Amino acid sequence: MTTVAIKDTDNRDAVRRKSIEALTPEIVAYIDECARDEHPHSRLIGALHKVQAHFGYLGAEQLDAVAQLLQVPAAKVTGVATFYHFFRLEPRGKFVISVCLGTACYVKGAERVAERLQEELGIQYGETTSDGMFSLEGTRCLGACGLAPVVMVEDQIFGDMTADQVPALLEKYMKMSET
Amino acid sequence: MTSETMVTLTIDGNEVSAPAGSTIMEAAESTLGIRIPRLCYHPDLSMQGSCRVCIVEVKDVPYYMASCAVKIAPGMEVRTNSPAIREARRDIVELLLDNHPRACLTCERDGNCELQNVAYASGVRERLFDGERKRFPIETDNVAVNRNQEKCILCGRCVRTCAEVQGVHNLSQQGRGFTTEVAPAHGCRMDDSVCIQCGQCINACPTAAFTEHSFTDDVWRAIADPETHVVAQTAPAIRATIGEGFGMKPGTPAAGQMVTALRRLGFDRVFDTNFAADLTIVEEATELLRRMEGAGPLPLLTSCSPGWVNFLEKFYPELIPYASSCRSPMSMMSSLLKTWYAERHGLDPKKVFVVGVMPCTAKKYESRRPEFMSADGVPDTDAVITTRELIWMIKNYGIDLAHLPEDDFDSPLGESSGAGDIFGTTGGVMEAALRMAVEKLTGAPPASLEFTEVRAVEGLRERELKVTDALTLRVGVANGLTNARQLLDAVVNQEKTFHVIEIMACPGGCIGGGGQPYPPRGYRIFDKRLLAERASALYAIDQKKKLRSSNHNPAIQALYKEFLGAPGSDKAHKLLHTHYTPRLPRGIR
Repeated sequence: MTTVAIKDTDNRDAVRRKSIEALTPEIVAYIDECARDEHPHSRLIGALHKVQAHFGYLGAEQLDAVAQLLQVPAAKVTGVATFYHFFRLEPRGKFVISVCLGTACYVKGAERVAERLQEELGIQYGETTSDGMFSLEGTRCLGACGLAPVVMVEDQIFGDMTADQVPALLEKYMKMSET
Repeated sequence: MTSETMVTLTIDGNEVSAPAGSTIMEAAESTLGIRIPRLCYHPDLSMQGSCRVCIVEVKDVPYYMASCAVKIAPGMEVRTNSPAIREARRDIVELLLDNHPRACLTCERDGNCELQNVAYASGVRERLFDGERKRFPIETDNVAVNRNQEKCILCGRCVRTCAEVQGVHNLSQQGRGFTTEVAPAHGCRMDDSVCIQCGQCINACPTAAFTEHSFTDDVWRAIADPETHVVAQTAPAIRATIGEGFGMKPGTPAAGQMVTALRRLGFDRVFDTNFAADLTIVEEATELLRRMEGAGPLPLLTSCSPGWVNFLEKFYPELIPYASSCRSPMSMMSSLLKTWYAERHGLDPKKVFVVGVMPCTAKKYESRRPEFMSADGVPDTDAVITTRELIWMIKNYGIDLAHLPEDDFDSPLGESSGAGDIFGTTGGVMEAALRMAVEKLTGAPPASLEFTEVRAVEGLRERELKVTDALTLRVGVANGLTNARQLLDAVVNQEKTFHVIEIMACPGGCIGGGGQPYPPRGYRIFDKRLLAERASALYAIDQKKKLRSSNHNPAIQALYKEFLGAPGSDKAHKLLHTHYTPRLPRGIR
């Protein structure tokens, strides 16, 4: 209808560039593939898993980048990220300590172990020590009820835990990080 | 209807037949007139079934069913009001209340709150479940829409409205369990989000989890200061709805009483934004005609609706060059008040306090755009109050608007054509523009000034209007941004061509704006009947006027002669036009 020159006011490319910078090329390729899916929304959780696997947590920039690349509203992306217990919005420590709060562990005194961990580390569940060394989590049953109460550090299981064993356990990982 | 399309069931012992596919809630209402209490349900939104207030007993089903979510089946035996249901429903409502502030007496929605109504109707008379109540920081400093999650009952009506009616998807439930809240992404402030400030979440909320940011204190203060010259300008749609706040039937025009009320509140001058609507039409029709001669891209997208302008900048920045550069009528008026009007009356512009009475929350945001401020940062429109806020001020003063005598707007910024009046309803800007554009294109006023083709309250219209043998105008009209997206996508994908597209952010246009009165009893939000009645008030005013085309308004003609020069002049551009900028965060569409 018209041949007049139209000024380019689009910011789509700039927004995409910024999103790509917040992620890795592998994750971008994965999300681009998800975005071509018939139901991109249903791939959101998978994309968030990829991001958390790489970064250890879901930062605000990364969540916005997922929203833009997958074209899922950002409110929905953060809604999902804050709904599921597994997703973390803060960077986590070098070692994640998970205290099993399942029934068997609870009965066998997991709470006392957890209290000692909180006392020694000076943090609550979901928090990370200021030196970035340890994060503390409460977790549901780990399927090792025979060893209750159970504490898991990264992916190693420690069974029959007592509160008194906590300082030695932490010492062990402090030393490990030095070497 | 044949028996195959009807389903026979029993509701409260009565055998009834209702169309197949109806829900229990719909069947109870359509056959027996039983309105089952509800909170999260809205017929125009997707089904949620989360509030559980509408539960009923269904024979042989071992649990209570949400009547909004269950379709009727042959032979179904439903009880909507057994003693057990009444008790369970009361308990459910009581549990909602126990996680809700006990602040009805000081709440903005006292007397107008659906939760309050349901609580009373369901018989909650004492509070048995006194438990912990959720606590959230309350946002009170957004420019247009404030958020108070302590009052939220998680019905999701705002979430669905924002996504389904407006296509904005700014709101979602964040977190889970007891600490779940409805918030924008990252739980950020509304002002920092992709929110377009339309305020439909305020209308959709059954309580007061969303409210407009009130400017009434600023207005009272300005009125009380004898040094300040306080000027009101009232948008076209206010006169169609303000009466509802005083028990007048929806659709009753109340311009005259509104003017009297504003004078009694103490405004020094009461002007009509309709005057600036006429001015907008003269500028915008001039812009359209120039673009049709090749001076700019088509379609011309109208720019009166600030919610739509925000949507354009955040969701469709590539279409910015298509938007009319005309400021909204409010901002044109304020610009003139701070320049021409102040100069003409020997007033210091800093002592002129302009109050926009708007059906709109996005107008509050518009008034704080730097483009519409003086060099030293004083807004052209000092305060924007909604219809609801003005109703409250009038009540606060102890005035019953319904029984006031009528009065006229002040001159000359109070004189307007009927074209200005219809700006307040969807299709109105288009019709007003056509009245002038057709005259300019054919050299004579159109045979009929009523372009009924573009009238209706439905969300989307595409029309072809034969102007001359050689020219057919293609026009699009949309209200509600999900509807608008259909037209915008067609333009982006070059699937359709239009000369003009009128977009109003809110359902029905300004008459359904985010600052309009909560629907009176018997109506609901997005109610087509309510919107049609409100629109009829504007068409009635238009029809009664002798002056019905903006370009024939003598006050407008005098303004050009005396001050602005010609339509589209440099001076007109400086004072009456604007520009747009892509804004972040970019919306997902």
